[in-house]
Amino acid sequence: MKFNTVIIGGGLAGLVAGISLQKAGRGTAIISEGQNALHFFSGTFESIEDAPGRITDLFAEAGIGLHYSPGVRLMPMGTFKKAALSLEDISLFPGPKIGSRALIVSFAGYHDFFCQFLAEGLEKQGMQCRIKMLNLPELEHLEKSPSEMRSVQIARTMDRIWESVVREVRILLRDEDTVILPQVFGLQDTSVPSRIRGGIPAQVVFVGTLPPSVPGIRTQMLLKRRYQLLGGTYLMGDEATGAHVHERVVHSIVTHNLGNHFLEADNFILATGTFFSKGLRSNPFEISEPVFGVDVEQASDRTDWYNPEFMREQPYMKYGVICDDNLRPLKDGEPLRNLFAIGSILGQTRPGLGSGGELAIRSALAVADQILKSDE
Amino acid sequence: MKLQEYTQSSHNFEECMKCTVCTAYCPVLQVNPLYPGPKQAGPDGERLRLKDPFFFNYALKYCLNCKRCEVACPSGVKVADLIQAARIKYDTSPVKWRDRMLASTDFMGHLARPFAPVVNGVTGLGITKTMMDAMFKIDRRRTFPKYSAYSFESWMGRHEKEQAAFAEQVAYFHGCYVNYNYPRLGRHLVKVLNALGVGVQLLEKEKCCGIAMITNGMKAEATLHANHNIVALSKAVDKGLMVLTTSSTCTLTLRDEYPSLLGVDNSGVRDFIMMASRYICERIEKGAELHFKPGFHKNVAYHTPCHMEKLGWGVFSERLLKMIPGVEFTMLDDACCGIAGTYGFKRENYEASQAIGEPLFNQIKAVNPDVVACDCETCKWQIEMSTGYQVMNPISILAEAII
Repeated sequence: MKFNTVIIGGGLAGLVAGISLQKAGRGTAIISEGQNALHFFSGTFESIEDAPGRITDLFAEAGIGLHYSPGVRLMPMGTFKKAALSLEDISLFPGPKIGSRALIVSFAGYHDFFCQFLAEGLEKQGMQCRIKMLNLPELEHLEKSPSEMRSVQIARTMDRIWESVVREVRILLRDEDTVILPQVFGLQDTSVPSRIRGGIPAQVVFVGTLPPSVPGIRTQMLLKRRYQLLGGTYLMGDEATGAHVHERVVHSIVTHNLGNHFLEADNFILATGTFFSKGLRSNPFEISEPVFGVDVEQASDRTDWYNPEFMREQPYMKYGVICDDNLRPLKDGEPLRNLFAIGSILGQTRPGLGSGGELAIRSALAVADQILKSDE
Repeated sequence: MKLQEYTQSSHNFEECMKCTVCTAYCPVLQVNPLYPGPKQAGPDGERLRLKDPFFFNYALKYCLNCKRCEVACPSGVKVADLIQAARIKYDTSPVKWRDRMLASTDFMGHLARPFAPVVNGVTGLGITKTMMDAMFKIDRRRTFPKYSAYSFESWMGRHEKEQAAFAEQVAYFHGCYVNYNYPRLGRHLVKVLNALGVGVQLLEKEKCCGIAMITNGMKAEATLHANHNIVALSKAVDKGLMVLTTSSTCTLTLRDEYPSLLGVDNSGVRDFIMMASRYICERIEKGAELHFKPGFHKNVAYHTPCHMEKLGWGVFSERLLKMIPGVEFTMLDDACCGIAGTYGFKRENYEASQAIGEPLFNQIKAVNPDVVACDCETCKWQIEMSTGYQVMNPISILAEAII
């Protein structure tokens, strides 16, 4: 099979690059070995200042509402973190003062949302908090299997019964100006978070849960659907195992499922993430990139890869593939001509591009632009 | 530097990072609270079972073996294999008569097919369904697959000479469904391959791939079938033939379940077993031509069967259908139809089976296609019964579209 561009990695970076290229009429394929970091997505980007219009448009066309309002967001431990661009259901505040009284609501039997931590954190900011657990008969079936009472299972039920949450919260609400709920709404029906806000006579703040992230999975589904509607080929559950490179030009890649049926393309994008998604691999001797074997930044002495103080920042988390100015990875010090790297596999080799979701989007757009320019 | 290879755990279960992504994609977990879910049933449970088989949970029987957990896993854990392997290893309860009957697809086909008109009439009757429900707990609300008046093997016997006349040859593993229920699909494949200048031959006596035996706790019987089929497949491969298939589940079983669940070595034949849609796609990419009927028009919605998703070959069926002039193509969302082979036929699973399939059924009704395309026979029964829409294998649609 031959494409204009083959993208290895189907997370945020790969999908943004794929959508941008498909929109410009380029035929692309995305290979994704398992699901990706969007399943742990908090729903916000820390500091995207430039080009939010381009990003919000791209997401809006996929049915994902974003709002831009630099400030802070409330974290699950009751702390605040800087945020600029976020999904519509996540509230952004100018500073860490979000109200004077909060009603924190969760569900009986649900262990992935920590009301006490939240309350403690908010009380430090001078807020008064009250915690209430809802006992909804519609969730009883989930309690039969306590290990499986997770965000996604609750969210599937909530798509149907969100109105009973509104009803119960209205009954519980006294003089609180803020209601805090776990992010378990709007998995399939994206209108649910805003309907809940409309139904409760207080400011409603949705706060992250332990994974999987409901807004993250929703984002993944909608971006993927958009990509496929634009004609993109998404190969789920397949793994790139090798590449055919000749005179510094990548001709095709080999995958586990397709075997001797190679994926050919004019351009290739490496969006495979880092250690968790196996974009980078390590053994006691080196850190390497498994598909193309391109150069990876790392300290030569293994003991410098990590800090023995476990909770400190770990050097290996900043490692990534070394690229030229056009985000083309180097192999033995020289770039491969038609290979680009985007997303977290860049590590902190490009501090200017930010980190996490921000790095994914910025680098994906930059590489898509380059491919389109070089095609002209 | 084989440190990691040498320490690999069975079905890679120690690679599990407890990220819970699989639980978000398990279709059973969404409808059946009695099922512990892929993470708990798979890698988490495995750690306990290794300590003491006492921890084996009989609720593992609710697993569909759809493999969606494996496709979703970012860490390469063979979650569904772990669950099926645990069922094989620890569930020593005797196999029920009903399960034995449902699982022995070629034996039942062999018995029933010669009396096809009578059998088809009788299994369609309300009283038969009520009796089957009462006696065997086979759900009365199911529509049973019809048997064919002739077998595909007998049809091939009559056409052996003309097929042998083609210079290029492939072998065809037709499976029980094509042989006993729907020989027309086999004939469609022969038509398409002949149009590409390729003759078709049977294997030297194939047996049922055995997947229904594997999932119904009949490992010994399944292993006999597997060993038999490996010999038959090897003979074809030794002659230099590719072995084509039209069922995604048979294909996955021959290629992947034999080594991973039965411990049967298929390394000599694995790479020669291929879905026909992939083979045809590759021939066309290399310049082979098919001639299409003018004025052909069909609105086709393609459902990727779970095992096709696991094989990663849905893209070939998609490309094949899109290649046909006059086909309007819709890709249906990733979803399980709920039947999972014999699973949905069992009374205790009927409600879950239909609930799992509901989003897919609703999407099909909303798309309102002329026909649903799908490479799996049990998906076909389930979708036809539950939506009223006709379901065709992509090969059949292709056969209809060519001159």
